[in-house]
Amino acid sequence: MDWGALHTILGGVNKHSTSIGKIWLTVLFIFRIMILVVAAERVWGDEQDDFICNTLQPGCKNVCYDHFFPISHIRLWALQLIFVSTPALLVAMHVAYRRHEKKRQFRKGDQKCEYKDIEEIRKQRFRIEGSLWWTYTSSIFFRLVFEAVFMYAFYFMYDGFRMPRLMKCNAWPCPNTVDCFVSRPTEKTVFTVFMIAVSSICILLNVAELCYLLTKFFLRRSRKAANPKHHPNHENKEETKQNEMNELISDSCQNTVIGFSS
Amino acid sequence: MSWGFLRDLLSGVNKYSTGIGRIWIAVVFIFRLLVYIVAAENIWKYEHDEFECNIKQPGCENVCFDHFFPVSHIRLWALQLIMVSTPSLLVVFHVAYRENREKHHNQKLYKSPGEIDGGLLYTYLISLILKTGFEIVFLVLFYKLYNGFKVPRLVKCDIRPCPNTVDCYISKPTEKMIFLYFLVTTSCLCIVLNLSELSYLIFKYSIKCYLKRVIKNRQGSKSDCHKSEIISHNRPAAAGAVPKQLPVLASEHTR
Repeated sequence: MDWGALHTILGGVNKHSTSIGKIWLTVLFIFRIMILVVAAERVWGDEQDDFICNTLQPGCKNVCYDHFFPISHIRLWALQLIFVSTPALLVAMHVAYRRHEKKRQFRKGDQKCEYKDIEEIRKQRFRIEGSLWWTYTSSIFFRLVFEAVFMYAFYFMYDGFRMPRLMKCNAWPCPNTVDCFVSRPTEKTVFTVFMIAVSSICILLNVAELCYLLTKFFLRRSRKAANPKHHPNHENKEETKQNEMNELISDSCQNTVIGFSS
Repeated sequence: MSWGFLRDLLSGVNKYSTGIGRIWIAVVFIFRLLVYIVAAENIWKYEHDEFECNIKQPGCENVCFDHFFPVSHIRLWALQLIMVSTPSLLVVFHVAYRENREKHHNQKLYKSPGEIDGGLLYTYLISLILKTGFEIVFLVLFYKLYNGFKVPRLVKCDIRPCPNTVDCYISKPTEKMIFLYFLVTTSCLCIVLNLSELSYLIFKYSIKCYLKRVIKNRQGSKSDCHKSEIISHNRPAAAGAVPKQLPVLASEHTR
């Protein structure tokens, strides 16, 4: 049970996402989770051991470390990634619920049901419209909120995104103001800036996806209002082709991700 | 053998759960198990090495650490996760028993072995009660062992061989406290989900029972709504009679 399991869970949602959603998922797994696991964890691995204070007073180092790092960067990022990935589950649950309903209809022998067998229902890709549109849009909204909250928490807790080399500490039991030195400050600053940059890119992708969905929604409404007797089948075929192309692109990306993730 | 085993176990239970049960499984996977493995384990990894006492007396640190942490937070957390996931096995065993019984008798005894009715309903309810019970027991244990969910920076220790009252400093107390509160919040959320599922199931099946009785009273025949829906191929007349008497409820059982 690790990040790979999260990848399996979210991989299912990928099929029903828009193209921007698929890009977001790829950025999340390659530039955030993978970087966290293979690089960032090692940089912060020895953070308390190599946090040195210029005093022999026992306990001073512990107390100063706790004062300056109430929650480690690496843990905050892990929590951020978990919270940001979770809204996609809402979409997964909605899709599962719809599939369940279709299976029920199919088993009842409903004549409205156009599927030949259960396998077709399982493999079917749902269009983002109706209630699924609302679920999907809410999930993007929550993602944005979580990203923003965690970025703000980061900024607030660490007074910016720079890791200083030296911190001055006078918490008890340190006898007076003591110099404490952080291990690998430059490397930590580089990774912090990188993670913040990728978070910002993810926020931009989410905003773009939200705008795209809203634009599509309003266009569809105005088209329905202007032309109530339009032919849905023709639109369906075009969109299905586009979706298939998107799936091919995303599947090739996913294969690359699977190759990297453990 | 690792947490992947627990994950596979819970995935197996997912098939026989209600909607709320599936949300519970998702919360346990993502907000408890995943957080434990990727974040919490590393915080408590070197807790003994980083526990420092203001004394050079050999053995004093060991004794004080043992006194203040009889069972480490992280071990209690792991035990809680295991104990809370295990009652779901009862449901899996019961479904396996039903399937075996059908195989043994070589006939369809149940509408669907995985459907929550009759004996399986009681097993499911018992598993929910046990899950909730374990959650509450562990929360109380945490509270009693550590005098609340706070982790102090400094603890004073005067156990032999420490020569007098000695200051001992715990490492990363704030981070540990944040994750403990996270644990408590997710436990409480799981308790709420379990209780809602319990109420939902009891309510749903009471209504079903009540409606069955009302319909059968009107038809003038007796019913026993504690037996599960048993269909036998040897008695097609009886099976055929059931849908006529219960037109409303029959549709609920098809999946």
